[in-house]
Amino acid sequence: MRVTQGCFSFLPDLTDEQISRQVQYCLEQGWAVNIEFTDDPHPRNHFWEMWGLPMFDLRDAAGVMMELKECRKVYGDRYIRLSAFDSSHGWESVRLSFIVNRPKEEPSFRLERREMAGRNIRYTTTSYAADRPEGRRYG
Amino acid sequence: MPPNELMTASIPTNRRTPPEESNMNMHSMTVRGKDRYKSGVMEYKKMGYWEPDYVPKDTDVIALFRVTPQDGVDPIEASAAVAGESSTATWTVVWTDRLTAAEKYRAKCFRVDPVPNSPGQYFAYIAYDIDLFEPGSIANLSASIIGNVFGFKPLKALRLEDMRLPVAYVKTFQGPATGIVVERERMDKFGRPLLGATVKPKLGLSGRNYGRVVYEALKGGLDFTKDDENINSQPFMHWRERFLYCMEAVNKAQAASGEIKGTYLNVTAGTMEDMYERAEFAKELGSVIIMIDLVIGYTAIQSMAKWARRNDMILHLHRAGHSTYTRQRSHGVSFRVIAKWMRLAGVDHIHAGTVVGKLEGDPATTRGYYDICREDYNPARLEHGVFFDQHWASLNKLMPVASGGIHAGQMHQLLDHLGEDVILQFGGGTIGHPMGIQAGATANRVALEAMILARNEGRDYLHEGPEILAKAAETCTPLKAALEVWKDVTFNYESTDMPDYVPTPSVAM
Repeated sequence: MRVTQGCFSFLPDLTDEQISRQVQYCLEQGWAVNIEFTDDPHPRNHFWEMWGLPMFDLRDAAGVMMELKECRKVYGDRYIRLSAFDSSHGWESVRLSFIVNRPKEEPSFRLERREMAGRNIRYTTTSYAADRPEGRRYG
Repeated sequence: MPPNELMTASIPTNRRTPPEESNMNMHSMTVRGKDRYKSGVMEYKKMGYWEPDYVPKDTDVIALFRVTPQDGVDPIEASAAVAGESSTATWTVVWTDRLTAAEKYRAKCFRVDPVPNSPGQYFAYIAYDIDLFEPGSIANLSASIIGNVFGFKPLKALRLEDMRLPVAYVKTFQGPATGIVVERERMDKFGRPLLGATVKPKLGLSGRNYGRVVYEALKGGLDFTKDDENINSQPFMHWRERFLYCMEAVNKAQAASGEIKGTYLNVTAGTMEDMYERAEFAKELGSVIIMIDLVIGYTAIQSMAKWARRNDMILHLHRAGHSTYTRQRSHGVSFRVIAKWMRLAGVDHIHAGTVVGKLEGDPATTRGYYDICREDYNPARLEHGVFFDQHWASLNKLMPVASGGIHAGQMHQLLDHLGEDVILQFGGGTIGHPMGIQAGATANRVALEAMILARNEGRDYLHEGPEILAKAAETCTPLKAALEVWKDVTFNYESTDMPDYVPTPSVAM
């Protein structure tokens, strides 16, 4: 399967040049870009691990691309995403987020159903990858 | 251009007040002292409802009405009557006024302008003291402003065009239960419009068949599916059937995509008790969103907004029925007023027009509605039909929804007209896809992502839109098919409601 979180997952994987242009767009809006990675892509796993802090005061996308390269060296077998934070009043949240690296194989999710009274069903979604301990899930 | 300048510029100076009245009406005619309360009938403009020198207070509610007096009726008198009948007046003088601080409670019409290019119509600005209204009640606000006066005989027609709501009053309302920012955080979707589809056909599907459509559309790439306004609990599908099958579809699609999905479960019902029961069941099943129809009424909407806030539920509002009173320019209530009331009332989503689709919506007017939903401060913009500066005092933002006759081939226009914080609902444009529902959803999602990518890259996406879509279709057969089948579909009809003021080009230096 292909995890389709983030803004551009339905397009073919972005090239570094395309990624860089998106980063430049974020910087021009005054947003701080952050690199995050995970090996648990559960849709409600909001807190991926941070690769350093959001890069405040940066002007050139090259800075982010350099960090991304470093992050890929260490965690190239996992999901990596870029998130852009807007600190302006009324937002103070993420304004753009997209996946820039994926594991070679994405082993999909198991949907568990627990049958309850009155035809109600309790659903639980688990990534098959999460069956293994953190750090040994891909590759 | 500052709004007042614009307004002055577009009205020839000799038409600022009706010629025959111009001298007399410029000044207050209010009868004061003992004579004011002599039994009998007195013109409204002499009773204190026409006060051209009145300067509205920051705490006043201001309403702008389009007044069409009957032939021979003085527009000032007609406007004063609107002020009177929407506040303290009745048809005759009553001595009991003297037991009250009557001057404070009288609404005051302080300005009347002829409507540009519309003979016989006048814009009447009326100020109301904040003490006329119950805090946090749209029912009370609307009962006061539109409760009585719309059937008044001396008027041919009357329309409430806009309102300025003072911050002090705004702060008595909860506002959107969730708001755009938190909705995006909860849904984990940033940087692009959200995608939805209304399940079709809207009547007749069994719960199981209905859930099939939801599953296919969500798995294909949509974020939301939606019940239609009249999907409640009918013989062909009991509401519990729908909820159960829909949640199976939502969970299955979430597992298939790794993304958070939702379906607007319409809890509209005959009584509040039934609505609460349905909302509770939706919550128990783990739905992130429920839906109500505008026809349930303002109080029911506010109740559901409070329920939604307490239960972490996104609240979608379908504006069912609004066109009966918003569409005609001369009579009714403008949708911009309804949008303001709904932001106060506390819904999270509201249908606000598509511009390019099958339903009414002039681009400038629609832009005005979207600004009302999404901005923390609206400066007056007459060219968008927004007559007043409006502070929202950090009330949550309300997500506008574009629905009705839109398809993937219009993605560049939709993004240009409506921006990023909007839900694009492609019902027919998903379900009617020649390769099936999943393919329809995928076509829309790919078109959207390609357009956002191009926009962020700084491309002139509005003009290059068709090329951007064609390029994306090279690696996406469903998009290719969608562009082919709907390539010539447009809905170009004259709008029935548009702004009265157009910017006049100024001489460039």
